[in-house]
Amino acid sequence: MSALLEARGLRLAFGGVKAADGIDLAVEEGEFLAIIGPNGAGKTTFINMATGYLRPQAGEITFRGRRILGLPPRRIVRLGIARSFQLPQLFTEHTVLENMALAIAAREGPWSPLAPLLRPAWRDEAMALLDSFGLAPLAERRGDALNEGARKLADIAMAVALKPRLLLMDEPTSGVAAADKMAVVETLARVLRQSGVTAVFVEHDMEVVDRFADRVAVWGQGRIMALGPPQAVLADPQVRRDVIGILPEEAAGHAPA
Amino acid sequence: MKRHAELLLALLGVLAVVLVAWAVPWLRFVLTIALAKGLAVLGILLLLRAGQVSFGHALFVAFAAYVVAFLAPLLPETLLLLPVAALGSALLGLLVGLFVVRYREIFFGMLNLALSMVFYSVLEKFYAITHGTDGIRLAPTRFAGMALEGAAQGWSVLLLALALSLGFGVLVRLHLASPMGQALAGIKTREPRLEFMGVPARRVLLSAYVLSACMAGCGGALIAMTTRHVTPALAYWTASGELVFIAILGGAGSVLGPFLGALAYELTRVYAAALVADAWQMILGTVLLLVILFAPGGLWGMGRALFARRRAA
Amino acid sequence: MADWLAQNGLLLGLATLDGLSNAAAIFMVAVGLNLVFGVLRVLNVAHGSLYAIGGYTAASLGLLLAASGLPDWLAFPLLLVAALLVGAVLGPPIEKLLLRRTRQHEPVLQLLITFALFMILEDLQKLVWGVQPVVNDTPLRLLGTVDVPFGADVIPFTTYQLFVLPGVALVTLVGLAWFLRRTLAGRMIVAVTADAEAARAMGIDAGRVMLLTFTAGAALAALGGALASPTVSLVPGVGAQTIVLSFAVVATAGLGQVEGAALAALLIGLGRAFAVYFEPELEVVIPYLIMVVVLLVRPQGLFGVVETRRI
Repeated sequence: MSALLEARGLRLAFGGVKAADGIDLAVEEGEFLAIIGPNGAGKTTFINMATGYLRPQAGEITFRGRRILGLPPRRIVRLGIARSFQLPQLFTEHTVLENMALAIAAREGPWSPLAPLLRPAWRDEAMALLDSFGLAPLAERRGDALNEGARKLADIAMAVALKPRLLLMDEPTSGVAAADKMAVVETLARVLRQSGVTAVFVEHDMEVVDRFADRVAVWGQGRIMALGPPQAVLADPQVRRDVIGILPEEAAGHAPA
Repeated sequence: MKRHAELLLALLGVLAVVLVAWAVPWLRFVLTIALAKGLAVLGILLLLRAGQVSFGHALFVAFAAYVVAFLAPLLPETLLLLPVAALGSALLGLLVGLFVVRYREIFFGMLNLALSMVFYSVLEKFYAITHGTDGIRLAPTRFAGMALEGAAQGWSVLLLALALSLGFGVLVRLHLASPMGQALAGIKTREPRLEFMGVPARRVLLSAYVLSACMAGCGGALIAMTTRHVTPALAYWTASGELVFIAILGGAGSVLGPFLGALAYELTRVYAAALVADAWQMILGTVLLLVILFAPGGLWGMGRALFARRRAA
Repeated sequence: MADWLAQNGLLLGLATLDGLSNAAAIFMVAVGLNLVFGVLRVLNVAHGSLYAIGGYTAASLGLLLAASGLPDWLAFPLLLVAALLVGAVLGPPIEKLLLRRTRQHEPVLQLLITFALFMILEDLQKLVWGVQPVVNDTPLRLLGTVDVPFGADVIPFTTYQLFVLPGVALVTLVGLAWFLRRTLAGRMIVAVTADAEAARAMGIDAGRVMLLTFTAGAALAALGGALASPTVSLVPGVGAQTIVLSFAVVATAGLGQVEGAALAALLIGLGRAFAVYFEPELEVVIPYLIMVVVLLVRPQGLFGVVETRRI
């Protein structure tokens, strides 16, 4: 069986910095794959390449067996790869509900020029999705009137509303209050499992990684240093020293001894 | 509910225009011009939703006006000339739009300006065809086959302008609430996100651009039929600036804004010109300054604030 | 080709000389516009009016001088005085009373503020100087002409247009480049242009930098008008014409560019002059065609981002 997303030999350098230095990675259908590693290791660059935002200087990416390199982001998302952002990308002058409805509309297109965006079917779907993320009470707030955590969730909810086969999330829990973090990820995981979405997420919180990831890929200087089930990878002494060692206390402290 | 209130206001506005034109006949001309400009400004409003300012939409006004001027001798029928001219402007809009929607903000504004100035100088310099700055005079056209004279002719164009304003107003109102219109507003705040959702942002902007060119064309055709004299000045950059001026004066919050702004603008202009012939521009400029400094929501925003205060009291 | 050159060589030379002096005047206006855009992030539509008012003021002062019986050579420093006067009188109030108050508004509203200002200044200028052409060519006449050798021919050309106009433009270009790179005030301007917020965080008084830049930009526009005034007759509408020309220069150059503005002004000035001599129909169109072609190839303008650093 071939992988859902397969990257081979990706290389990309910005000036002298190698953001991708021969990345080979296969994401299997249905799994949750966590990407960890220090800042500047090229984690976001990988997401940017897989969604068509950056083009690698060498290598190949296939999605469901189809080559996607060179396609613009809007084509790739139509094939079934959606993403959320490290810095939430909401439409700041629209309400949260309108943001969601726009994502649903984007999925459903083409559009008739006169039918309203907030038609009953889309409104209901948007509200249901917001509800599952606990955002329903904020539906009428403007995108720029949310706190960081809510913005982050709404940003992910928009990507989920696109009903992708594969969802790439860039630090989904950064900005979410520590007390809410596990509940949020729990919800997210439930929604994704229900709809059979495969997920790749960049994460700094090892507790989240340990609990939700099926596999972990460790990034370092544009390469994958280790890949495997969380228990094995997080126990690896070199990973612990190079990656977890520089993470905040709480995360390091939680890793299995 | 709000939609119904806007429609009611629009119908009241139509009634008011008809009454004023009937009571003060010489204002009929001014009102027709105002509505024609309002149509063009409606297009500016559409682009403003996307955060883009065109400083060259007079191009489409002037193009349609000259189409009418050139075709009138061959096809002296108002009800045919107008759609042909509007369609011509829409096609030109498609052509120009394919180029300019690749740019944003200042570059978008300046390219529009540049292209309208190119058209301006073509009109001015190719005297053999366009009669240069002298312009072209138009014979009266028929209306649905009838040869109308004087007041009847004026009324026919005014009523046509009213019908178009109402029609396009409703159309744009619906369009703005549609996914396309909402995505247009998304271009202003978060264009990359649109792309990551699978929405081709440039195409969304292009369709708005073509619609705006078409409406500017309708305005231009009406202006040609009302003034019966077209000159290159229609395409000069200050004419484009005037359209943006009216959009801000009226307020970008409602499709009624452009018409409100255009009526206020033209009436101020007429009375200011009568009062101080050499300084009407100065008076309009001062009005614009005051509006931006003290009522950035324009006349529409001002009216709404007043209404809200009265209701709260 | 050789035949054509033999027949048109003289015209070619004349067009080149005209183009150079033309480019010099456009550069003075456009560079000010570009500086102001870089720092204040607003494209000042009234910038052309400042050019016109600079020209009118210089002409009026020149005519006063001629009537006063003072030495003729004072006509030259008077051009500079006129420019400084216009910059100092109009610059600060516009920046403080209008632009500063609306800095939090949407960009389109700021643009419209300057458009309103343009309308007001155009009429003001008509009220003060009337609609009849105003001419004062004393500086031009004082310096006489030089014979410029061109191939086998000589072209008599006014010394003023050959040396004074391009000379002042060159001094302005070099002076500005030096000022922006080597002086503290200049580096503050560069810092605010790059990132006003960061500059503020570093303790730079961005408001003051904006005020100074706007005033300097206004003075540069007025200086452009003052320098050009001996070579043209001033009529209403010259401001409207100048501003669109400077827009074309700025967009062609890339926003915020000093050296780019010089190159773009040169391209557009020469282009226009060649059009005047060979295809007069194209004169008005040429600047925009140049701009459109440049933006087709380089959407950021000639010097946008990559080349020479932004000021």
